[in-house]
Parts: sequence; structure tokens; C-alpha cells
Amino acid sequence: MPASEFALEISNLVKRFARPAVDGLNLRVRSGEFYALLGPNGAGKTTTLRIVAGLLQPDRGDVSIFGIDALRDPVAAKSVLAWVSDEPMIYDKLTPLEYLEFVAGLWGVDARIAQSRARELLGWLELGPHADTRCEGFSKGMRQKVALAGALVHDPKLIILDEPLTGLDAGSARQVKKVLAERVQAGCTVIMTTHILEVAERMAERIGVIASGKLIAEGTLEELRRRAGKNNSTLEDIFLDLVGPSDIAA
Amino acid sequence: MNKAVWFARHELRLAMREVMWMLSAGKPRRQKIALVLLLLLAAFLHFVAWAIVAPYAKVTFPPDRTTLVVITGSAFLGWTVMISQAMESVTRAFYTRADLDLLLSSPAPTRLIFVLRVGAIGITTSLLALILIGPFINALAYAGGLHWLSAYGVLFAMSATAAALAVGMTILLFRTIGPRRTRFVAQVVAAIVGAVFVIGVQAISIFAYGSLSRFDALHSSLVMQHMPDLDSPFWLPARAAMGDIPALVLVMGLGFSFFALAVSVASRRFGEFAVAAAGAGAGNVRQRAKRKFRGGSAAAALRRKEWTLLIRDPWLVSQSMMQILYLIPPALLLWRNYGSDNGNLVVLAPVLVMAAGQLAGGLAWLAISGEDAPDLVSTAPIKTHAVIRAKTEAVIGSVAIVLAPIVAAIATASLWIAFITSVGIVVAAASSTTIQLFFRAQAKRSNFRRRQTSSRIATFAEAFSSIGWAAAAGLTAAGSLLAIPAGALAVLVLALARLLRPKDTALRA
Repeated sequence: MPASEFALEISNLVKRFARPAVDGLNLRVRSGEFYALLGPNGAGKTTTLRIVAGLLQPDRGDVSIFGIDALRDPVAAKSVLAWVSDEPMIYDKLTPLEYLEFVAGLWGVDARIAQSRARELLGWLELGPHADTRCEGFSKGMRQKVALAGALVHDPKLIILDEPLTGLDAGSARQVKKVLAERVQAGCTVIMTTHILEVAERMAERIGVIASGKLIAEGTLEELRRRAGKNNSTLEDIFLDLVGPSDIAA
Repeated sequence: MNKAVWFARHELRLAMREVMWMLSAGKPRRQKIALVLLLLLAAFLHFVAWAIVAPYAKVTFPPDRTTLVVITGSAFLGWTVMISQAMESVTRAFYTRADLDLLLSSPAPTRLIFVLRVGAIGITTSLLALILIGPFINALAYAGGLHWLSAYGVLFAMSATAAALAVGMTILLFRTIGPRRTRFVAQVVAAIVGAVFVIGVQAISIFAYGSLSRFDALHSSLVMQHMPDLDSPFWLPARAAMGDIPALVLVMGLGFSFFALAVSVASRRFGEFAVAAAGAGAGNVRQRAKRKFRGGSAAAALRRKEWTLLIRDPWLVSQSMMQILYLIPPALLLWRNYGSDNGNLVVLAPVLVMAAGQLAGGLAWLAISGEDAPDLVSTAPIKTHAVIRAKTEAVIGSVAIVLAPIVAAIATASLWIAFITSVGIVVAAASSTTIQLFFRAQAKRSNFRRRQTSSRIATFAEAFSSIGWAAAAGLTAAGSLLAIPAGALAVLVLALARLLRPKDTALRA
């Protein structure tokens, strides 16, 4: 695999549905970085990340994951990537361990390594006592944690999460944040969209703000503050200044 | 406005929209087309009904025992289907939370809600019966006289008793096995109750005449010997259907009284049962502790996953395996004629091939459109065609496992017929799976029962392809060259399905 400074490089990305969802987007996320992608509803965040994950075809543009052209060699790109959506998609009739065995099988992880990782992950996420219980009776938080464990069991280099904390209780949200922080410390790259600005403020090294399919601001929290000319303001104030009331209404 | 009338209007509006949604697959522009197709279907059913019943429409009075047996048997067949439909609806009335939480938390009396909902079930059961049985009544009335129109009264009474019986059985299940198990058991009972009578009658035909015809069973001496005397009240529904007015009044009176009694008794505890159903949830099912992860390819992981999900969902198994129940009569035929006549074995080839096509269509829908984690599979480093191949293998493997014992039994009697049947099974299953691939649309597995609404073209293509391959297999087994046009027809159906498939937003890889 070619060594690359960037975990993700997006150039001139365009995707139109009834109207442009992503409109000439350029974005670079460094390897080993925790990157938060913010924006009002309909800004193009999810569409962008679904294109990166190989779930949508763009109309135009380039997507590179660790130097791999994700549009030309999607299988290679997918092998280092994990996708977690806001609605955990797991199988009700499988247990968490069986789910992780299935995911590990899809990514071709050695069975012994996968089993050891699976037990470790379920322990971290406090799902150990439920490892052999079918997921059908699980709460939203438990399901999201199973989905997250699935994303981590094949040890991806890039984790993309679309609103992973939606609907989680405080305890579950803290566990998810802790696991993600540990992954970044271990060298993994995390890209996350969230409407919970406090999470982005506390966890992300860099923040990108997207509106109408374009990246309108990017940088660390300090850089964004300087750019807004408000040194003590919160991310929420900066965000609202950037996107404006009309975009929020959209 | 009276609260009951207001609520009835609300329920009627919801029911009408549900019917239109099912007819048009949720696309308002298709509503007019769906209505035209419905009218064409009604005309076609009248044509079929005329061909079947016109020769028997002119009956002498008083009717003889054979006439009474045939009418009673046919009515009972329809009634079992009505009970099946009503049980499915009653289960949904208790377990579908859509608006039940809102209604039960409102000051509206729960008894009123229940009475109207069960009333609606009675009406929808009648409507379904009207679509299927109405053409036969009309054909009888046209060919034999207007007295046959009184059969409509019997039909409404049968619908009322079917709804009442469904309510009674569901409440009984609630009390005996509890709300968690009731849902599954009631749905399985609903699925098989109609089939059991059909299969039973066919079994009598096979043993009495060595034939699959249900009418042969109703004419059999075995049935005739065990039927009551001509003046027995058992024949009241048949007499009422033929225009005996006192009998009609009695049948309708009894039917609606039974309905009123069941609703009155059950409605007192509706709120209690609905709350219990809400609290039943999915429960915590523990599997045996997993000791070792299994290795293998991504395709192997996909196949294992499909089989595990299928085995662990008894409701889906009961729904998709309904076709298997209909294999019991041909299996009995095989058993009865074993070693005596290869001519009867030829009949089995098309039956098994048809069943394979239909079974594969259902399983393929579950594996392809009913994928619960499509994003997970799509983001895995495995090419789309490899995913499709693994799922197809899982489907055809399941069909093969189910049908292999019958084919093996045929092989001991005729290797040629077993070979043709095996080839037909694989080709029909592969064709149905291909059609499901052409028309795949993401849906929840729980929508399996309504999968036909997502694409009528897929439903018809699947049916015609299975019929084509079944005919080709049967004719090949019989040594007829007509197998070639039958096979060509099936290929043409596949080609047309490919041509009409929706333009897919193909995934990468």
C-alpha cells in the first residue's frame, strides 16, 4: 500500500440529486487525526462520507484513501476503512459475537485474531455479559456499541462515523467517545459528523464546516476562533456565524 | 358527531389508504393503473369461474347429497382462507404499535376501539372473499338463476364467523401461552390453516383415486359414507347459498350473533391484552456460548450468515416454506404409486420445479432485498458480484436441501425423471433469484409478507418463469418436444424482466 500523509483526500467532488448535494468539495484529513465534519441538515456531510465509504457513486471528482484511488480500486480502499452510521445496522437474530465473527469473515481477518479482538472489544464496550444474547432485545445504545465493535474488529486505519452518538444515553456516549479517543491514540484516523458541537469541540483536532455541499471553513478550534475574531467564543457561536440562519433552517 | 361514527370514519380512511398503497406499491401515479388492472383481473376471474361452474349451475331442488357435499366442501375451503386472513389481521391489531399507544393513552373507550377494529377486520375479510368468490357466485347466478345470489349472504356470515373465530383463537392463545409466544404461534397458525384443509382433501383424493384433484375427494365414497343425512343442519350453509331463504336467515343470524358475542366478550379485555402485547417485546434469547470463530472466505461468512438468520426466524421459515406444505400431496402420490406407474412420477417433475422457483423467489428476496445491514456488506472489501454469488449459493443450497429427499426418492424409481427434476429445480431457482436481483429494493425482512407490493413485474415474472420451467421439466420427463417452446417461454420471461428492471444505482466494486 502506498504510504500517504493523508488518510483521506477529496478533490472537486460533485454529487447531484434533485439539487447539488456535494458541490466541488475539496477536503484533506491527515493520517492519525480526529476530524469532525460539521454542517446544518442537508449540507452534504452524509453524502460526502457515503461516497468515501463506497456507498454512493459521485458524479465527478476524486477520492483517495491512504493514497489508494477509492473510485478505481474500491476493494483495496474498503479493506482499510470502517463505516458506522447513525442507525446501527446489525442482525437481530445474531449475537454480538456472531456479528463480529461475520464482520471479521467479510474483512478476511484470521479467525483466532478476530476472536481475541472481539472479546476485547465487547469488554471495552461493556457488552461482555451480552456476548451470546441475540441483538433483537437490545437498546439503541447497545446496538450502536455492537455496530462500533463491528467497525473496529478488523482493525481499520480509517473510521468514518455518521452521527454515532445520536440517541445514546450519557453512559453509552462516554464509552463510545473513550474507545474512539483510544483508537486515535493508537494511530487510527477518525472522521465523524455530529450535531453535538460540544463533542467536536472537545474531541476533534481539526474541524471542517460544510454548507451547501462546499467546505466553508476548516482548522483547529483556535484557528476557527481567530478567523471568526472571537477568541473566547464557543464552537456553537462560530458555527452559527459561519452557516447563518438560512442554512440552519434548511 | 358521534364518537363511534367519527372513529369509524378515521379507521375507514386508514384502511382505504392501506388498500390503495398495496395496490399501487406506494406510488400515487399508479393508482389508476392498479384499478384498471383490478377490473381486468375481476373480468378474468369471471371468465375462469364461468368455465368451471357453469355446467353445474342448474341444480334440481331438493339438492342431492353430491351437490351439497361439493358446495359445503368448497365453502369450507374458502372459510379456512378467511380464518387465515382474519387471524393475521387480529394479530396485527394487537401487536402493531403504529397508533395503538396514542389511542390507548387517549380518553377514547378501549372497547369502542376494539369493536371498530374487529369490525374492520370482518369487512376486509369479506372484501377479499368477494374478490375471489364473487365471480363464482355471479357465474352461478347467470347460468343457473338469481337464487344463487343468496350465496353472498352466506359469504358475509362466513366472514363474520371467521373474524369471530380469529378473535377467539388469539385471546385463547394469549391466555394459554402468553403474549410473547402468541404472536408467532398465531402467525404460523394463520399461515397453515388454509393449507391444511387443501392438503387434507388432496390426500383423500390420492388414496381414494390416485389423483391430485380436490373434486375427486369430495365425490369419493369415503366422504359420502361419512356425511350426515340430507335433513341435517350441517347442510344449512349449502342450502342457504342455493337460495333457501329460511336457511339463509338462520345462517346469517347465527353468523352475526357469533361475531357479536365474540367481540362483546373479547372487547372487555382488549386494553389489557394490547398492553401485555406491547410489553412482550423481543425478549432476550441466549445462544449457546460461542467457543471458536470459524474461518473461511468472505463468501463462506455470507452464506453462513444467511442460513443462520433463516433458521432463527421461525416466522419467516413458516412463510417462505408454505410452498413446501403443498409438496405433501405429490409426495403422498409418489408413495402410493411407488414402483407401479412411472406416468404418475412425471407429474411430480413440474410440481417440484414450480415449488423450487417459488421457494427460491422468497428466499432470494430475504437474502438480497431483505439484507438488514446493507451498508456493512457494501463497505466490505468484497466485490459486488462475489456478494451476489454467495447469496445465490445460499438460496439455491437451501432449496436443494429441502427438495433433495423427494428427488432422491424419485431417483430410486426413475433416474431419468429424477435427473430432469434436479435440472429443473436448479434452473427455476436460479431464474427466480435472478429476477429478485433485477428488481432488488432495500426493505426490512419483516416486510416479507408484503414483498409483492414492491414490484408487480417481479412477482409476475417470478411466477411465469417458474411455470415455464415447470412445464418444460414436465414435458421433457414425458418425452414431449413441446418442452422446447415451454423452456423458450421461460427464457423470454427472464429477458423481459431484464429489459424492464429499474435503472439501478450500481454500487462500486
